[in-house]
Amino acid sequence: MSQADVLPIRPGRPNPLWRLSLFRNETVTVFRRWRTLALLGVLAAVPVLVGIAVKLETGRGGGDGGGGGPAFINQVTNNGLFLVFTSLAVTLPFFLPMAVGVVAGDSVAGEASAGTLRYLLVAPAGRTRLLLAKYASTLVFCLAATLVVAVSALTVGALLFPLGDVTLISGTTVSFGDGLLRALAIAGLVAASLTGLAALGLFVSTLTDSGIAAMATTVGLLITVQILDQFPQLHAVQPYLFPHYWQSFADLLRDPVWGEQLLRNLGLQALYVAVFGSAAWARFTTRDVTA
Amino acid sequence: MDEPVIETHALTKRYGRGRPAVDGLGLVVPRGSVFGFLGPNGSGKTTTIRMLMGLIEPTSGVARVLGEPMPRAGQRVLPRVGALIEGPALYGFLSGRDNLVRLDSADPAADPRTRAARVGEALDRVGLANAAAKKARAYSLGMKQRLGLAAALLQPRELLVLDEPTNGLDPQGMREIRTLVRDLAAGGTTVFLSSHLLDEIEQVCTHVAVMSRGRLLTQGTVAGLASSVRGRLSVTTPDTAEAVRVLKEHGVNDLVVTDDRVTGELPAGELADLNAALVRADVRVRAFGAQRASLEDAFVALTGEGFDVAG
Ligand SMILES: Nc1ncnc2c1ncn2[C@@H]1O[C@H](COP(=O)(O)OP(=O)(O)OP(=O)(O)O)[C@@H](O)[C@H]1O
Ligand SMILES: [Mg+2]
Repeated sequence: MSQADVLPIRPGRPNPLWRLSLFRNETVTVFRRWRTLALLGVLAAVPVLVGIAVKLETGRGGGDGGGGGPAFINQVTNNGLFLVFTSLAVTLPFFLPMAVGVVAGDSVAGEASAGTLRYLLVAPAGRTRLLLAKYASTLVFCLAATLVVAVSALTVGALLFPLGDVTLISGTTVSFGDGLLRALAIAGLVAASLTGLAALGLFVSTLTDSGIAAMATTVGLLITVQILDQFPQLHAVQPYLFPHYWQSFADLLRDPVWGEQLLRNLGLQALYVAVFGSAAWARFTTRDVTA
Repeated sequence: MDEPVIETHALTKRYGRGRPAVDGLGLVVPRGSVFGFLGPNGSGKTTTIRMLMGLIEPTSGVARVLGEPMPRAGQRVLPRVGALIEGPALYGFLSGRDNLVRLDSADPAADPRTRAARVGEALDRVGLANAAAKKARAYSLGMKQRLGLAAALLQPRELLVLDEPTNGLDPQGMREIRTLVRDLAAGGTTVFLSSHLLDEIEQVCTHVAVMSRGRLLTQGTVAGLASSVRGRLSVTTPDTAEAVRVLKEHGVNDLVVTDDRVTGELPAGELADLNAALVRADVRVRAFGAQRASLEDAFVALTGEGFDVAG
């Protein structure tokens, strides 16, 4: 048939792969927002500030022999790679999750307040597919934000400090290459630590038509939970708070790796993703879109 | 007969408590029609369109679009429907072109390989090709409206739903929309057009439905509706007082004088006799005849009131 040459795909028979277009476009769109770039800029600046502070401190002959300060900060002068671990430890409690809270909180509510949600739905994006694309692109942002911190820290660390073999917490020494791999794995773990919060933010985002309200609520919840996680009186519930095991990524710097807390963290994140992901789906697929 | 493009049965929507925004609506939109959906502000036009497009769930009743139930069959129906609902909504930080690319990507039935061509054609169609690279936040209201229309025209559509498409447009823009609607209708697309502008509906629509306070007052062809309302007798004369006296004598009721014009209910008998009577009484008649009823007359006759916002 000559017709087949003209029309490679019969109309009315869409290729299932076309469904991925929305996710691709969503991800690109997230990173084209000025706000996203500003958040990534702030995250990139943190390792620079930490690196300079450490450099100035050692220049003055300081270094009180391992007291306070963020994790690994005392090793930074000897090995710039430790700036990656320090920077992740510094940004994980608030900077990184706040950035994720902003992106996740705005994901659906921002479209609703702009009125673009109704046009995506009549396109028709499909409510489940749109929610999945929103969540997947938020996960891409989690990974990108973590990598921005890690890469910025590695660059600053390499510029300001020597690089070399890595002495682990357990005392054994591994090659720089092994250390770099562990840094990459830690970045992946940190990004995975943010998935629970991303699901929570997505759920909040389906509750309101105001992007600002959803972002503020998500970030507010994060801060509240982080504070609750500090009260010893609440130790019975703390194992269920999503940030409780966040700092466990340091266990990757032991030989052999201590897996228990790492797995607890991942399990807890999976639980949050399941619970709040389902809640977001239940809410978004049934709600009236009038904005 | 063809199956209607839109068919609703006892469609009702209540937001929270209180009076339903749409109440027991039974709408039938024939294929190929340009269907005017007319009603004052707050009469439930947008609410109806939201239900037809699956954005909100009806409180009760059924809506069928292109023969399939909504909102259930949305994924099958909506790729064949273009819609402009409650004005355009754009991503201000994206260019006009990228706005369309995004909406086209959202349609799972759209081939990514032909996306650029589709977007380009849609932009051409609404005359935005030259402003396509500009950020949408820098668009004027009319340009935004055009971009919204372009999104509705990304694919060849069987049905186009336009909610007050001429809002915010200048007379030139309104004319262009009317031309576009006529072109699309000529190409076989059914157009469902909501408006609170009577003359807009009268100019482009073949069919009309009239809403008031969430209820359907009537639906049918525009010609049928206008003819269901009796026209009025109209006499243009400088001698209005004398004319009123003569007309009253001949049994014409509800006489109204405006400037040099006297209008009244159309009497049953031969009009020529009335004219002769006026002339015999030395009334200088400039113009005499039966005035065709307008959609506005029909509306007033239907509601027994003006075209006002329902409380
Ligand atoms: N999201 C909402 N929540 C509560 N009530 C609503 C909502 N949207 C509309 N209404 C109410 O429903 C009724 C019908 O509104 P709708 O927007 O459908 O009217 P409309 O005919 O489109 O009016 P307009 O010509 O002003 O666009 C109004 O009384 C309005 O106040
Ligand atoms: Mg409206």
